[in-house]
Amino acid sequence: MRSKAGRGEFLTTLPSFVWLLAFMLVPGVLVLAIAFRTTNPSGGIGDGWTLSQFRVFAEPSIHVLLWRTLWISALTTGLCVATALPVAWFLARVREDWRPRLLLLVIVPFWTNFLIRVFAWNQILHSEGWLARGLRAVGLLGENSSLLYNPGAVVVVSVYTYLPFAILPMYAAAEKFDFGLLDAARDLGASSARAFGSVFLPGIRKGISTALAIVFIPMLGSYVVPDLVGGTDGQMIGNKIAQRNFSDRNLPSASAMSAVLTLMVLAPLLLRRKPRGDTPDEP
Amino acid sequence: MKRSRIPLLTTLLVLAFFYLPIGMLVLHSFNESRFGTRWQGFTMKWYERLLERGDLWEALVHSLQVAVVASIGSMVLGTFAAFALQRHRTRLQTTHRMLITLPLVLPDILMGMSLLLLFVALGVQLSLWTVGIAHITFCVSYVTLVVQSRLQDFDFQMVDAARDLGATRWEAFAKVVLPLLAPGILAGGLLAFTLSVDDFVVTFFVKGPGADTLPVVIYSMIKKSREFPVVNAMSTLLIAITFVAVWGSQRLTTGRDS
Repeated sequence: MRSKAGRGEFLTTLPSFVWLLAFMLVPGVLVLAIAFRTTNPSGGIGDGWTLSQFRVFAEPSIHVLLWRTLWISALTTGLCVATALPVAWFLARVREDWRPRLLLLVIVPFWTNFLIRVFAWNQILHSEGWLARGLRAVGLLGENSSLLYNPGAVVVVSVYTYLPFAILPMYAAAEKFDFGLLDAARDLGASSARAFGSVFLPGIRKGISTALAIVFIPMLGSYVVPDLVGGTDGQMIGNKIAQRNFSDRNLPSASAMSAVLTLMVLAPLLLRRKPRGDTPDEP
Repeated sequence: MKRSRIPLLTTLLVLAFFYLPIGMLVLHSFNESRFGTRWQGFTMKWYERLLERGDLWEALVHSLQVAVVASIGSMVLGTFAAFALQRHRTRLQTTHRMLITLPLVLPDILMGMSLLLLFVALGVQLSLWTVGIAHITFCVSYVTLVVQSRLQDFDFQMVDAARDLGATRWEAFAKVVLPLLAPGILAGGLLAFTLSVDDFVVTFFVKGPGADTLPVVIYSMIKKSREFPVVNAMSTLLIAITFVAVWGSQRLTTGRDS
């Protein structure tokens, strides 16, 4: 039977394998290659090879941008996971017939177009909106300061767009967790906090690590949110790539930046590979 | 032993956080005010304005065309991929699995950028077709995952049985595997459809001139022409469609279960 599988396996693997090779792996390698090409006068790919596209990474402005990309992504990821934790707990403990309905409530807003959800915040954080006026009235916001067009706005809106992606894997893990273990820990003398930290968190660690990766990695390539609510002080590396591509018309330079972003994205993925191996055996 | 109130309160706050912006959007679509900051009376004029916009309808048609191509293409590729991944445990499948997983984690901007470079390097004219190819590429992985979950408790001996009874490889696949997988393939296709309609970033990089999809037009309305109230009105319509669709599919599934 095994020997017969050869041709069948080949035939069923071929379509998706070739497609992804052609439209994902080859373009990915192409980005790395074109990052080392010169720019021709019209902004396209020149003939010569050069390292000059990476010279921009010596500039302080790019360091600021990369650092901001990292901390906005990390802060958003942290806030998402911290908020998703009690929600996942609640969803896993609530009456069973309520769970599908509550889950649906969590998911439904995110079937609304992504741009529209970001745009909704654009109006809420607007300097003449009710929120800004209310905060000014009670003195929490200065006359000339704005809620919009700063890194804080990028974090809030990013949390809004990514929170469900943190809630779902953490709920899936919490739902499988045996809450009786917490009672056992307390019976053995652990405080509630200790039981939570030493039993519950390790119990759902797979869900937590999925949530961390699923939010952090796309955040590094964030483009729309900083573009619409970030202003000049809230720009991330994704905006720079788009700017090099659409405004400056410099494809090789945009490739160099994409290559660096690719490295930033792959780093946590490679680090994540190891823990995946020690999956506990399911009974 | 007292139970903490924190989980309940956080969940309620999170739900408010999720729905408040959407509620504001709907409210403002009926607001007379041009900038949607203060309430200046009820109006339907933004909806009338919306109906006059021919470019939006054209963009909607583009979006639907791409979504149909993307969901059919990814359904075909994803079904074969899921079958291969689930049935065989070889070195080839380890690489295959890596290829399938990559688009799930790759940021949109990198996928858009790399596909743009591919098309430029090959001298391919950007059009609605390049958008379709890009969408198939990021949809395949999702369809594969959905179909794979359906294959989890699939008995592959049925394929062997069909082959023993004289079916060719294709007959076994078409007459035994496909009918059993149909619900999973359809669910994957629907997911691909929604992902395709929603996509902005990848589309923005690989679209040709005049091949604007709905999100691309919405983006330029927000960014360039700043027609906020019209965007509000359109958003409200889209949100209404989403909610009705969810409500309908809920009714269908609960009706089947009982």
